[in-house]
Amino acid sequence: MSRQLKQIGDDIWKSKAEKVNSELFTLTYGSVVAQLCKDFNYDYDEVNKELFNMGLNIGVRLIDEFLQKTQLSRCANLRDTAEVVSKIGFKIFLNITPTVAHWTADYKSFGLILAENPLADFVELPDDGKANKELWYSNILCGVLKGCFEMVQLDCDVSFVEDTLRGDETTEIRVKLIKVLKDEIPAGEE
Amino acid sequence: MSYYFAIVGTNDAPIYELEIGTYHQSGDGTPHLPKEIHELEQFIVNGSLDILQDAQFKSSSIFFKNIDSFYGYQVSAYLTQGNGKLLVLTDLKNHDESLRQFLIEINELYVKNLLNPFYKINDPIRSPSFDSRVRTLAKRYL
Repeated sequence: MSRQLKQIGDDIWKSKAEKVNSELFTLTYGSVVAQLCKDFNYDYDEVNKELFNMGLNIGVRLIDEFLQKTQLSRCANLRDTAEVVSKIGFKIFLNITPTVAHWTADYKSFGLILAENPLADFVELPDDGKANKELWYSNILCGVLKGCFEMVQLDCDVSFVEDTLRGDETTEIRVKLIKVLKDEIPAGEE
Repeated sequence: MSYYFAIVGTNDAPIYELEIGTYHQSGDGTPHLPKEIHELEQFIVNGSLDILQDAQFKSSSIFFKNIDSFYGYQVSAYLTQGNGKLLVLTDLKNHDESLRQFLIEINELYVKNLLNPFYKINDPIRSPSFDSRVRTLAKRYL
């Protein structure tokens, strides 16, 4: 199964994905974050929130493109979902394949370990003493994941727990499933 | 043999400096500049900027070997493409290609540092990793 997924991811990356120069991408994201920091007066909590919301807006749209490109059917459980996110999702949009690890015993929460992070090339956090404790530089990724999950009826908590930019060993995004939303008829319709 | 190395930004304000000795001929990297030179080194290096600015538009090269001298101390300069200046003051009379190689690699580091979104051009470079990389390069080339 997972081998097959990898194949799908590779194929789509090669044939269907639109590509853009990675430095352009990295620098664009970098200037967005730097500008946000300035605008919020280096209140990194606010910056994290703003990045998350930007990601959310991307995620709720991106999931449609993802499904259209991959033509995947429903995942049976969260373990499948994690594999799809890592081997296809990250692959076709960022050309990286994070490792899925650190499952909890009830299989409701897992970690995505990013061996490389294309958003964070060249970056060094400002040395004002609090940036490397408060700022999650790549927080937009959490927002994107959250948005995508939400659109496929998975209510999840997504957040960074470690980031190499802060001096941690690895970069890890933690995904925690809260509940599977039911398909509901919107209010006011029969 | 000792070196004083400075990066001067586009508006002629220094943004990084380092005093370092040679590692060749069993040197251990500690600089041995005499006290009076140590006190004057920033002035000497900045004094050579005028000559450099005259020379830079008359020549197509970006490396200027021994562009200025001060009582037996030589100043060499390397221009970055964005008009930043890398300056080296040394008591060594005839240095070879390695100084130029050193400056070329520093230029690369400098550019990488510019790509950091949190760094504004002409800000002092405070990054410890930049500093340690410069020292590693100095160890290899000087």
